[in-house]
Amino acid sequence: MSAISEEAVPSFRLSMLVYDTRYRSLTFQFIALAVLIAFMAFMGMNLVRNLAAAGLNISYNFLGDTAGYDINQTLIDYTNQSTHQRAAIVGILNTLLVAFLGCVTATVLGVFAGILRLSGNWLVAKLMAAYVEAFRNVPVLIWILIIGTVVTTLPAPSAYRGETPDSEMLFGVIALTNRGIYIPAPVWGPGSMIVVAAFILSILGAIMYRRYATKLLYDTGKLLPMGWPTLVILIVPSLLVFFIMGRPIGLDYPALQGFNFQGGIQVQRPLIALWLALSIYTGAFIAENVRAGILAVSKGQTEAASALGLRPNRTMSLVVLPQALRVIIPPLISQYLNITKNSSLAIAVGYADITATLGGITLNQTGRAIEAVLLLMLFYLVISLAISAVMNVYNKSVALKER
Amino acid sequence: MSDTHAHSAAFVRTETLPEMPPPPGETGIVKWLRANLFANVPNAILTLVSLWAIYALLAGFIPWFTNAVWSAEDIRDCQAQLDGTRGACFAVISERWHQLLFGIAYPQDQYWRPILAFILLFLSAAPLLFSKLPRNLLVLTLIYPFLGYWLLWGGTIVAPLVALAGVLVGFAVYQRLVTGSFAMGFFGGIAAAFVAWWIGGFITGAAEGVLALEPVASRDMGGFMLNMILGTVCVSLSLPIGIMLALGRQSDMIIIKWICVVFIEFIRGVPLITLLFVASVVLAYFFPPGTNQDLILRVIIMITMFSSAYIAEVIRGGLAALPRGQYEAADSLGLDYPQAMRLIVLPQALKISIPGIVNVAVGLFKDTTLVSVISMFDLVGVVRGPIFSSTEWAGVYWEVWGFAALLFFIVCYSISQYSQWLERQLATDHR
Amino acid sequence: MKAYAFIGALASAGLTAGVAGAATLDDVKASGVLKCGVNTGLVGFASPNANGEWEGFDIAFCRAVAAAVLGDGSAVEFVPTTGKTRFTALASGEIDVLSRNTTWTFTRDVDLGFSFAGVNYYDGQGFIVRKDLGVSSATELDGATICVQTGTTTELNLADYFRNNNISYEPVPVETNSEAQPLYLDGACDAYTTDASGLAATRATFEDADAHMLLPEIISKEPLGPLTRQGDDQWADIVRWTLNALIAAEELGVTSANLEQMAGGSNNPEINRLLGTDGDLGAMLGLDADWAKRAIAVSGNYGEIFAANIGEGTPIALARGLNAQWTQGGLIYAPPFR
Repeated sequence: MSAISEEAVPSFRLSMLVYDTRYRSLTFQFIALAVLIAFMAFMGMNLVRNLAAAGLNISYNFLGDTAGYDINQTLIDYTNQSTHQRAAIVGILNTLLVAFLGCVTATVLGVFAGILRLSGNWLVAKLMAAYVEAFRNVPVLIWILIIGTVVTTLPAPSAYRGETPDSEMLFGVIALTNRGIYIPAPVWGPGSMIVVAAFILSILGAIMYRRYATKLLYDTGKLLPMGWPTLVILIVPSLLVFFIMGRPIGLDYPALQGFNFQGGIQVQRPLIALWLALSIYTGAFIAENVRAGILAVSKGQTEAASALGLRPNRTMSLVVLPQALRVIIPPLISQYLNITKNSSLAIAVGYADITATLGGITLNQTGRAIEAVLLLMLFYLVISLAISAVMNVYNKSVALKER
Repeated sequence: MSDTHAHSAAFVRTETLPEMPPPPGETGIVKWLRANLFANVPNAILTLVSLWAIYALLAGFIPWFTNAVWSAEDIRDCQAQLDGTRGACFAVISERWHQLLFGIAYPQDQYWRPILAFILLFLSAAPLLFSKLPRNLLVLTLIYPFLGYWLLWGGTIVAPLVALAGVLVGFAVYQRLVTGSFAMGFFGGIAAAFVAWWIGGFITGAAEGVLALEPVASRDMGGFMLNMILGTVCVSLSLPIGIMLALGRQSDMIIIKWICVVFIEFIRGVPLITLLFVASVVLAYFFPPGTNQDLILRVIIMITMFSSAYIAEVIRGGLAALPRGQYEAADSLGLDYPQAMRLIVLPQALKISIPGIVNVAVGLFKDTTLVSVISMFDLVGVVRGPIFSSTEWAGVYWEVWGFAALLFFIVCYSISQYSQWLERQLATDHR
Repeated sequence: MKAYAFIGALASAGLTAGVAGAATLDDVKASGVLKCGVNTGLVGFASPNANGEWEGFDIAFCRAVAAAVLGDGSAVEFVPTTGKTRFTALASGEIDVLSRNTTWTFTRDVDLGFSFAGVNYYDGQGFIVRKDLGVSSATELDGATICVQTGTTTELNLADYFRNNNISYEPVPVETNSEAQPLYLDGACDAYTTDASGLAATRATFEDADAHMLLPEIISKEPLGPLTRQGDDQWADIVRWTLNALIAAEELGVTSANLEQMAGGSNNPEINRLLGTDGDLGAMLGLDADWAKRAIAVSGNYGEIFAANIGEGTPIALARGLNAQWTQGGLIYAPPFR
C-alpha cells in the first residue's frame, strides 16, 4: 500500500531537460532564444565592423539637414530649403493620399465588376471576367508603367493653345492634359459659409426624413417615396440660400497662361497614373472577393427573397450583399493593405511618395541607406498594423451579430 | 360521368397532337439573345455599352496589329515602313526577343540550356501537380533542382551531383535515426549532409572539367528567365520555412511563438520593395567583413523571407481549418508532436492550403518584376534599361509592354486555372 | 555560426561571388576579373548593345583598368547600378571601381568615404527645350514644368538655380534618361535638364533633332570621374594613374596605332617611363612594367576613347570643349609621369 502511494518526488536530473516533456519545451525555447540572440549579435557585430571599415556611422541627424530638392506635389508647405524630415512627411502624406483614393475607387470598381461578373447578361459577365483575369495575371509594376505611358499620351497643354487648338477643354472648363487634369476650383466669397451651413443642415434634414419614412413604414406599413424627396431636400434649400446670398461661391476656371494651365485645381499626372493603376489593378482582386462573397451566400436566401416578392436589385442590396459582406471584408482589408504597399512603386511614374522622397532622393543625397530604409520600413509597418487593427475591430463588430 | 361527357361533346380527340416547334422567339439564337443579352431594358443598355466598348477596343487594336512591321533595323526604319499608317512595330520583339527572354548577357549559343531547364521544370513539377501521375516520376522532381542548377549555371556536373549525394546521405541517415526520435533524425540528417558536402568539396575541386557546361555567372541571368528562376527558387525554398513558421506560430512555446509572430507580421507589414532595398543597399553591411554575396543571392534571401511569411499564414489557415478532433485523435494514439504533425496534421492541412499556396506563388512570381527597381535586368529591367535606352528602339512602348504582359499573363493564368481545377478536385463536400 | 553554416552551404552550391577585402588589388588578381559599376543604360557612356556587350566611354575606362591590372581588357564584370545602389555597391565591395558618370562633390568624397580618381569628363547641367516654345534663356523658364532625374545632383542644382534667380518651376521626377524622353517629347514637360553631354546624347536620338535646342546656360559644374573606396590607397592609385596614363598618352601622342613602335623606345623620356621601357613606375603601383601600355592598347588613349564613343563622329556628337587637352585650351591635364 505504502509502496503504491509513494509520492514520486524525482530529483531534477540534467537528462530531464531533453526527455521530460515538462522541461523539454523550455530547453527548446532556450536554445531558440540563444540562437536568435547569437545571430543578432553576429549581424550587429558585422554591421559595426563594416561601418567602421567604411568610416561610416549610424545617425539620424541628416533628417534635420536642408533637403535641397523640390517636390512636385506637396500637401503641406514645403520648399527646397525645408528639412529632409519635412520632405519625408510630404512623402508620407502623398502615400496616404494615393492609398486612400485608391482604396475608394478600387472598392467601387471591384464591387461593380464583381456583381456584373455574376450578371445574367452573358456579354457583360464575359467582359468583366476578361477585365479581372487580364489585370490579376499581370504584375502591378507593368500595369503602373503601362498606365503611366497611357496618361502621357493625353494632349499636352500646348495642344490647347492657338486660334484653332488641337484639343478642346471638356465642357469648356476641364482640361485633360498629360501634365494632369485641371478642374475648376471653388472660390469662397463672403457669406459662403451660410450656404455651406445650409447644405449641412439639409443633409441632416434628408437623413431625418429617411429615418421618419423608415419608421412610418415599420409602424404603419405606409410607404413614403424615398428617392426624389431626399434629392429635393438636399438641393433646393442650399440653392435658394445660394441665390439669396448673391451667389457667394464662384468657380476659378483653369486657363492657359504662360507654359501651363493656371488656376483651378490641378490633379497631377503622376497621381492620376498611380491612382488609376492601383485602383484598376486592385479592383480586379476585389471583384473576385466580392464574387466569392456573393456566391458564398446560400442560394436559398436569394430564392426566399424572390418568394417575398423583392426585385432582383433589392434582393442584392437588402439580402445578399449584407450577408456577403462578412465574407468579403477580411480579404478586402488585405487588399487595402496591398494598395498601401503597392503605392511604394510610385516612383515608376514619378509620384513623390515616401519611398520616392525618404527612400529615394533623401537616401541618394545623404547616402544614409540603413537609416532611411529602416525608417521607411517602420512607416509601412505602422500603417499596416494600424489598418489591420482598425479593420479587426470592425470585423469583430460584424462577426458578433452572427447568429 | 365520362359517358355523358363523351356523348355531350361533338368531337373528342383520341390521340395527342404531334408536338409543334416552339415559337421562333423561344428557340435558338433569338431565345439565347433575349435571355442572355436583352432580358430587360437595363440589360439591353448594358449590352449595347459593352458592344460599343468591345468595338472601340478592337477598332483600335486590329489595324494596329495587322499593319505591324515584323522586321526592321530600328524604330526609324520601322516608321518608314509603316509610312504614316498606324501600326505596331513588332520588329523590336524579333530583334531583341533573346534579351527579353534570357537577359542581355546569357551566351547566345547556350540558349538550349534554359529552354531545356524550362521544359524539364514542367515534367518535374507534373507529379506534384497531378496526383494521378505515377509516383515514381517524383524521382525527376527530386533530381530537378540539381539538374536545373547545372543546366542554367553550367560548370562541372560533379558539383550538383555532390550536392545531390549530400541530400541522399542526409535522407538515409534521417531514415535510420528518425525511428528513435525526430529531432535526432532531423539534426543527424543535416549533419550527415554537411559531412557529405564537405567530403564532396574535395572531389569537386579535383574534377573541374568533368562533363562541364560553359559556366554562366549569376549576374548574367536576366530577362523572363530571371523572373522564372526567382519565382521557382523562392517559392520552393519558402515552403519548408513557411511550414516551420506556421507550426511555430501555433506552438505552445511562448518564445518560439513570438519569434514567429514578429517575423511574420513584420514581413507582411512592409512592401517587398523595401525588402529589396534592404537586399541591395543594406544587407551587404550585415555580412561578415570580407565576404560579399552576389546581388542575386541577397535578393533570393529577401524574397524567400517575404514569401515564407505569406505561405506561413496560408498554412496557418489550413491548420486552423482542421477539425480539433484530428489533433486529439493523434494525441490519443500516443503520437508525439513530430509524429502527429508529420503523419496526421500536416498532410491534411497542406491539402487544404494548396489553393492558397498557389495564389501566393502567383503573386510572388508577379512581384519578382520589382527586382528591376534595384538595377537587375529581369524582363521589366531589360525593357526599361537596355531597350528603352538604346538608340535603335527608344520610343517603342506598347509592343514591348504588351509582350511582357502577355508572357506573365500566360504563366499566371495557367497557374490560376490549375488552382481552380485543383480546388474543384479537392472539394469533397457536395454543395 | 548558423549564418556561417548557411553561407557555407551556399558556397558549396557555387553561388558565392569573390571576396573583397582591404587589398582590392589582391582580390581582383585572385578572382581574375574586375567588377566595375556602370550605368544601367546611357547611350555613349554605358549601354549594352543588341548582343549584350557593354560599350561606351565609362566602359572603355573599366576595360583599361582591367587591362592594366589583369592584362585582359575583357576580364571585366559590368555591374549595372542605379543612382541609389551605386554607392552601397562600392562601399560594400560588390564592385571594385565605380565608373558611372558620378559627380565629384565634397560630401561624396569626404562624408561617404570614397576616393575620386580624377575627372574623366567635365560636364555641366543644361536644359533642352523645343524651339517653338520661344525661350532663349533658362531665366525665361518661370513657371515651366521641368523633367529631372531623381537621385542625382542635377535635382539639387535645379532647385538652387531657380531659387537663385527667384523664379518658380514644377519638377517632374523621372528615374532614368529613357523615361524622361517620352515625357519631354509628348510635352508633359516644357524642358528637360540633365548633364549637357546627356542632353546632346538624348537629342541625337530624336527624330526631329532640329526642332529642339540646348539653352546657353550651364547651371552647374559636374566633374565626372571614376571612384574607389577610401582606405585602399594602392588601389586608388592604380585607378587614378590608369586614368592619367590614358590622358598623358594623348598629350604625348601615343595612340593605339603607334603604341608598339613607341614602346620600342622613343626619344621622349616621359613616353619611355609611361610605357615601361624606362624606370619602374609599374612596380611602384604593384603592377608590371607594361601596365600603361596594356591600358592604352585596349581602346586607345583618352582622345581615341572620346572620339569612338561620344565624339563628333558618333550620333552623340559632343565637341571636346572643356574636355580638350590643356594644351588645346581644355581642362584635361595629367600630372607628370616621373
